[in-house]
Amino acid sequence: MQPLASVNEFVIRFANVNGTGSASANNLFAKAVFRMGVPVSPKNIFPSNIQGLPTWYEVRVSERGYLGRRGGVDMVVAMNPQSFAQDLACLEPGGYLLYDSTKPLDPRYRRDDVQFIGIPCTEICRREFADPRQRLLLKNMVYIGALAALLDLEFAVLRDLVGEQFKGKEKLIAANIHALELGYQYAAEHYACPLELRVARADAVGDRILMEGNDALALGCIYGGATVAAWYPITPSTSVIDAFEKYAKRLRIDPGTGDHLYAIVQAEDELAAIGVAIGAGWNGARGFTATSGPGLSLMSEFLGLAYFAEVPVVLIDVQRAGPSTGMPTRTQQSDLFAAAYASHGDTKHVLLLPASPTECFEFGALAFDLADRLQTPVIVLSDLDLGMNDHVCDPLTWEDGREYDRGKVLSAADLDALKERFGRYLDVDGDGIPYRTYPGTHPEKGAFFTRGTSRDEYAVYTEDGEAYVRNMERLLRKFETAKSLVPKPEFRPARQETREGVIFFGTSTPAALEALDLLAAEGHHFDALRIRAFPFTAEVEAFLEAHERIYVIEQNRDGQLRKMLIIECEVDPKKLKSVRHYDGMPITARNIAGQIRALKGATVTPLRRKKTG
Amino acid sequence: MTYIRPNFRHPALPRNELGYTRRDYEGALSTLCAGCGHDSVSGAIIQACFELAIPPHRVGKLSGIGCSSKTPTYFLGRSHGFNTVHGRMPSVATGAALANRELVYIGVSGDGDTASIGLGQFAHVIRRNLDMLYIVENNGCYGLTKGQDSATADVGSASKKGVPNPYPPIDLCAMALDLGATFVARSFSGDKRQLVPLIKAGIAHRGFAFIDVISPCVTFNNTPQSTKSYDYVREHLASTGTLDFVPVRQEITADYEAGYTEEVTLHDGSVIHLYKEPDLDVHDRHAALRAIREHKEAGRILTGLLYVDPDSADLHEVLQTVKTPLRDLTAKELCPGSRALDAINASKR
Repeated sequence: MQPLASVNEFVIRFANVNGTGSASANNLFAKAVFRMGVPVSPKNIFPSNIQGLPTWYEVRVSERGYLGRRGGVDMVVAMNPQSFAQDLACLEPGGYLLYDSTKPLDPRYRRDDVQFIGIPCTEICRREFADPRQRLLLKNMVYIGALAALLDLEFAVLRDLVGEQFKGKEKLIAANIHALELGYQYAAEHYACPLELRVARADAVGDRILMEGNDALALGCIYGGATVAAWYPITPSTSVIDAFEKYAKRLRIDPGTGDHLYAIVQAEDELAAIGVAIGAGWNGARGFTATSGPGLSLMSEFLGLAYFAEVPVVLIDVQRAGPSTGMPTRTQQSDLFAAAYASHGDTKHVLLLPASPTECFEFGALAFDLADRLQTPVIVLSDLDLGMNDHVCDPLTWEDGREYDRGKVLSAADLDALKERFGRYLDVDGDGIPYRTYPGTHPEKGAFFTRGTSRDEYAVYTEDGEAYVRNMERLLRKFETAKSLVPKPEFRPARQETREGVIFFGTSTPAALEALDLLAAEGHHFDALRIRAFPFTAEVEAFLEAHERIYVIEQNRDGQLRKMLIIECEVDPKKLKSVRHYDGMPITARNIAGQIRALKGATVTPLRRKKTG
Repeated sequence: MTYIRPNFRHPALPRNELGYTRRDYEGALSTLCAGCGHDSVSGAIIQACFELAIPPHRVGKLSGIGCSSKTPTYFLGRSHGFNTVHGRMPSVATGAALANRELVYIGVSGDGDTASIGLGQFAHVIRRNLDMLYIVENNGCYGLTKGQDSATADVGSASKKGVPNPYPPIDLCAMALDLGATFVARSFSGDKRQLVPLIKAGIAHRGFAFIDVISPCVTFNNTPQSTKSYDYVREHLASTGTLDFVPVRQEITADYEAGYTEEVTLHDGSVIHLYKEPDLDVHDRHAALRAIREHKEAGRILTGLLYVDPDSADLHEVLQTVKTPLRDLTAKELCPGSRALDAINASKR
């Protein structure tokens, strides 16, 4: 069996025990490849646990820029005896397995088609370092050092990264670099370095950055003028608030007094968290909360109130695998229904569907403008893959001088100039969006009672059915208006004219685009539409209209996006084929291409051209 | 009976120092049952705000769901109100108060809204010491759903249905004291002489002020077997003593009775005059808890100011929020701009 050979195109997986400091070492590897100008896509595959269980870190290295999961693993760094058998089994034929050779390899674990590389990480650390904690942590740096030799990473890049990570802590820098060197030397002395599988400096990154979606969303909230954050801890959304606090402490402090231009409330539960955000929105501040599936369920009643009483609020849902507690540390796109139609009665909510950290930042800020303009909840649907993994993405940009759109708010002067009676729920402009006033604006005019019960155009309680229906119809008009304000979908035409299309959103994007390339190489061409918001805009309707068969790619069991398209756009269900993946791991290009091939094969349409790839 | 309130204002109506009459603090006509205790509480809130000369539009009125939670419509018609969801008023009040620290916040809730569905939020708004007045209109039953026992109903107390309540009651004042509330009082809707100064002091208090007002339900829980009926409460009332509230702006004049035994200076400089037994210490949390328990064991309902800590740090102080209301900050103050973003981009390469 020939060992796998590839420069700058491979998948490496690190298998570790969680709580042993492997995360920062593995991150160092990904960042080093990125610094060498080669795009990377790392995925944390971690347990719902603090210490002692298996955790993996899978890095796809792709100079061609394919940043979804590919499927399959070319090299494993197998540092966890618990998962060794599984880690060995996942390797492609010809793959490499790096293991800690302090103890001899268990003879049960053999594969003739795999290259075994033994590095005595534990022994090296035992020999070189006295402190037991340091021995444990630096073991990770030893294998990173060995990888530098094996995969031809530039040692200077690693040294710089360690220096940046432990800035000001010279002793730590020295110890970490020493550990890297020990690993490097051992590998260089005992194996033919570099391997056929390796990294070479390239120029494929440009000015792009490596960032987590949750980090970017938090920055979007900072730039978008959020002042009140209320939350209840839940994986995988916790780091949104952590990052919001980190940036607020840096960027939102009054230089004169040290006072905070923000407030963060860790609430008693998710019900209270969104209650706080709604209270802030009612009173004219920009409030938000971040949560995941179980929290979204708890927030449903309040979402109905904010929808019906027309209070702006932003909710960030970093989706994880449901239902119920589900798989709390695995990814899914399965909250579409729960978010779009949250709460009892007739409700619909605006959804924003980012696909990259850059979009997390943009949509994070935009959400507040939309919530204020539309006076309604705006839900940003991210997911664990986007939120908690680093992604190569375009740098974040902000146009200086951009003002916030606070929507239709009447000041005291506006109220004085008003000739007619102020009607809080009166559709003056025909767009379904009424005018509001902030509490305490005017001594005599503009006060009203906000309530979840039915009321007339002047906010007076009523049980009159006609007034109720008028209000509900106006809310629908407002939702129509939203179509002109939300981000339009992104269209990518096929290289050849085709009547077949694919639709996807969010983190299915990179794998879907790669799958389209795989299929195009076989002669199958599809127009592609990436949906970026709900309600679906006219462009989505036109795409559905223009194609005979459309594959809807998503990461949930029930094909939620497909069903929403059927319901909302009244499209023939037979036209929409479902491509689904929902095992909690990010969807792969191979999986998508395979499903589409199978679905195509199941149809009677003959192939027009021979397979070329 | 008419549903139209006359606009006529008698020219000789007394005015407060801002020039407003009591009428300027009224709201819509109440739709509660005739004789409901809650209407008396609304009247007391109107009287207190009028006497304190709060600009009538500078109050945020918040409530949950239930008969009590309807009442913010019936007072302060020039202020914004928010009738939220059942048991969740404290969280909405928290967000509202964070958004604009310059308004007065009055939350009105009931015993179902606070002691059952909202018990969790009640506990945590106390812990946050949110600067607000929180009034529970406590009648021991669910009025709007026709008289079920609530969590504050005493064991053996029977409402209109006639079935004695088997479950022990939650004493909201004791709970508030236990959780660290910084102003705790109990009163009776039929005792305006006591309730109005308590509301004034509660509004002036910086931090969380809680008043549990026994407010009988005339329709479902005013029976001879009920311990929340008008007759029962009047017969079993005990008091920590009377009190007067002296606002900071006002010189102390002969209007106030002489002979008070203690004065408490609140954070804004206003003063509470207490006329009480010399051995009662309103600064001793444990003594207050003990007094509540002893009176209860003796079959009495202890009312009046139970505890006050005038110097506590409220949520704004804990969070060190800026003095300008957060809602008034613009992109100029809130948005760090493109240069800061460039630096962040650079750190991600």
